[in-house]
Amino acid sequence: MWQFFHKLGSPKWFFGIATRFMPWLLASGLIILLAGLIWGLAFAPKDYLQGNSYRIIFIHVPTSFIAQSLYMMMAVAAVVTLVWRMKLADVFVKAVAPVGLMITFLSLFTGAVWGKPTWGTWWVWDARLTSMLILLFLYGGVIALDRAINDEKSAARAVAVLVLVGVVNIPIIKYSVEWWNTLHQPATLKLTEKPSMPMEMWVPLLLSVLGLYLLFGWLACLRMKTEILVREQRTRWVKELVMAGRR
Amino acid sequence: MAFDSFSAFIAMEGHGPYVWACYGVFVVVFAAMMIWSARRNRAIIEACRRRFEQQEKTAGRDAGSKTAATFTRVEVSQD
Repeated sequence: MWQFFHKLGSPKWFFGIATRFMPWLLASGLIILLAGLIWGLAFAPKDYLQGNSYRIIFIHVPTSFIAQSLYMMMAVAAVVTLVWRMKLADVFVKAVAPVGLMITFLSLFTGAVWGKPTWGTWWVWDARLTSMLILLFLYGGVIALDRAINDEKSAARAVAVLVLVGVVNIPIIKYSVEWWNTLHQPATLKLTEKPSMPMEMWVPLLLSVLGLYLLFGWLACLRMKTEILVREQRTRWVKELVMAGRR
Repeated sequence: MAFDSFSAFIAMEGHGPYVWACYGVFVVVFAAMMIWSARRNRAIIEACRRRFEQQEKTAGRDAGSKTAATFTRVEVSQD
């Protein structure tokens, strides 16, 4: 058990595993996401209330979903960093924070564009939208804090603490549509209940969520590999790896 | 197909600009992130390779006895 734990923490071991999985993640992610988006754009029936503008859901829900679950993953990694000082956990936080920033931006942007034809306004300062904006700032804060501290270990600890403090925002986002009056509609995907939309809308939505997750996995592996290379650039295994792939 | 014609598909009964703006921005931003990350990975590998090659060259020029010890650095384990 401990051996496995140590292996999991070994950047070199992760590097090998990530290299093996990445082509599969990329190919399956692209195919599934493309299938979901094309199905949603052209073949799913239009919404009886919102018309065709609802087709934004096939981007808005996957990006929002990942924006939040990615933060939870970062929080788990932050605990691992603080408790076990596992390097790989810190590498993960550092590698995916910019992806989180981008995906939260996409979630807010698609939400705003969807809001215009549906609510008649781009933006309202209600609980759901404001807490998502705070999530965007949290991702930005993590990136800025990490860049501001030169020492790798101090940066890892400071970033981990910031990530954990920010976790309080996640339940606020999740329950904001239930706790406060809001223009935002309640959650579309629920694990515990039957979907509230017909199958022809629900399946493409599920496909685009899954596809985006796989692509995110690819991005995370790639960016973690880059970060590992930067940190381990003076080790022998990196030298062997780099020189072997010379021609 | 949920639309009668291609022009209806583009127009989306007036919602076209909103829907297409979202899909467009999503594809551009996400693709940019993927390409930027891949290029950065490539650049780091190249930089490492150049540094190692440089080290090998200078090591060759130095006294022969030194070369063997240049890369015997112990791999740093997990804390």
